[in-house]
Amino acid sequence: MRRIAISELKTVVRTLKTGERVLLTGDLYVARDAAHKRMTEALASGENLPFDIKDQIIFYMGPCPAAPGEVIGPAGPTTSHRMDAYSPGLFKRGLLGAIGKGNVSQRVIDAIVARGGVYFVCVGGTGCLSADRIKSAEVIAYPDLGAEAIRHIRVEDFPVIVAVDAFGNNVFDEQRKIYQHSEE
Amino acid sequence: MRTLHTADITKRVAQSVIHLNANLAPDLRFALKNAAGSEISPIGKTVFDMIEENLVLAEEKQRPVCQDTGMVVAFVTCGQDVHVEGGSLEEAIHQGVREGYTQGYLRKSVVADPLDRTNTGDNTPAVIHYRIVPGETFEITLTAKGFGSENKSRLKMLMPSDGEAGVIDFVLEAIEQGAPFACAPVIVGVGIGGTFEKSALLAKEALLLPMGYRNENPRYARMEETIIEKSNALGIGPMGMGGLNTVLDVRLRSFPTHIAGLPVAINMCCYVNRHEKVVF
Repeated sequence: MRRIAISELKTVVRTLKTGERVLLTGDLYVARDAAHKRMTEALASGENLPFDIKDQIIFYMGPCPAAPGEVIGPAGPTTSHRMDAYSPGLFKRGLLGAIGKGNVSQRVIDAIVARGGVYFVCVGGTGCLSADRIKSAEVIAYPDLGAEAIRHIRVEDFPVIVAVDAFGNNVFDEQRKIYQHSEE
Repeated sequence: MRTLHTADITKRVAQSVIHLNANLAPDLRFALKNAAGSEISPIGKTVFDMIEENLVLAEEKQRPVCQDTGMVVAFVTCGQDVHVEGGSLEEAIHQGVREGYTQGYLRKSVVADPLDRTNTGDNTPAVIHYRIVPGETFEITLTAKGFGSENKSRLKMLMPSDGEAGVIDFVLEAIEQGAPFACAPVIVGVGIGGTFEKSALLAKEALLLPMGYRNENPRYARMEETIIEKSNALGIGPMGMGGLNTVLDVRLRSFPTHIAGLPVAINMCCYVNRHEKVVF
């Protein structure tokens, strides 16, 4: 399995292939529905985003609160296609990658190709496993959104799978064709 | 006449919502292991390995399997000869949810208004369904329904002429369109008949049945098996990344309906199908 430092992702992104398992280490940002809506509204009214998204990764996630002794509560991915309305605009402004679960629209895939970016998935429902690989977490914007606030987190060996690569290949479509069959 | 106290109901609800979020029922654990053993897709196998690793971790830590700790749906079965003391039964259930989600460090995922979308901050209110029965029974079945899958649910008023084939086609269409986004392998509850809302309730109740429980009516049991087989031939697989396990189970529930109608509701649930019965 390939280990990638998120700070180096930009230089290796074009070597990633769909279906490939990757362990990510480094810093990334967490945002989901409500934060995406606010970021998109901020851009529309000419304001800056709460963080510089250039070459960064956004993880679509809203964690459970941290119990005593925890860095963060369970923290698995949420469904990416709800962010489809917002993510092309962010890729256009330099976002390098996204992490979520499930397929994304063709518009998002086109934006990923235009950017030379990547879309990773992690396994939905694996909240404790994800949280185990998150080593620090801090709310950096929109704290009033609670679980939906924007967080800056540091991950170590965070397990993901390449779902859409920089050339627009898509693991969902490719793999489904292999296993689709007609029952007798 | 049997007397119950709201304080006891609140306490038991709070304990249960914490427990059910961390521990999947043994029948579901077993079904997941079986499915993992039957998977041939390498990515699918990886997905199952990670699912298992996470379930073990959640049990060890007694922390939620999934960060979407859901919206609570409570099915109350209340005997006619039960008297509840100490205030409102409904408020006692909400208070149990409030305490469980706060003290258990579970995610608060409920917004007060579907359009304003301000979080209520304590995961209340729960959605509560009551059934009144003879005797002194008092039970609450609690579920924590995740919305990645709930969003892929469907309801359609079919025409009587659509018949069995129409029902099967509609369910397969919902699975084909929804499963890739709903954390497959999914569990599918289908309500057939009744009225508009009755079919939806039947579909949700179907999700509470044990794994592999087939309908008592051989015709519906056969339809369940057909849908399971055809769904798993779609190739969608675990998390939609290809494979033989798209559904873990499909359950049909039916109810008498009107001469003009054939309502069909499909309630989709991810593999993290959490429910627990609290018996008083």
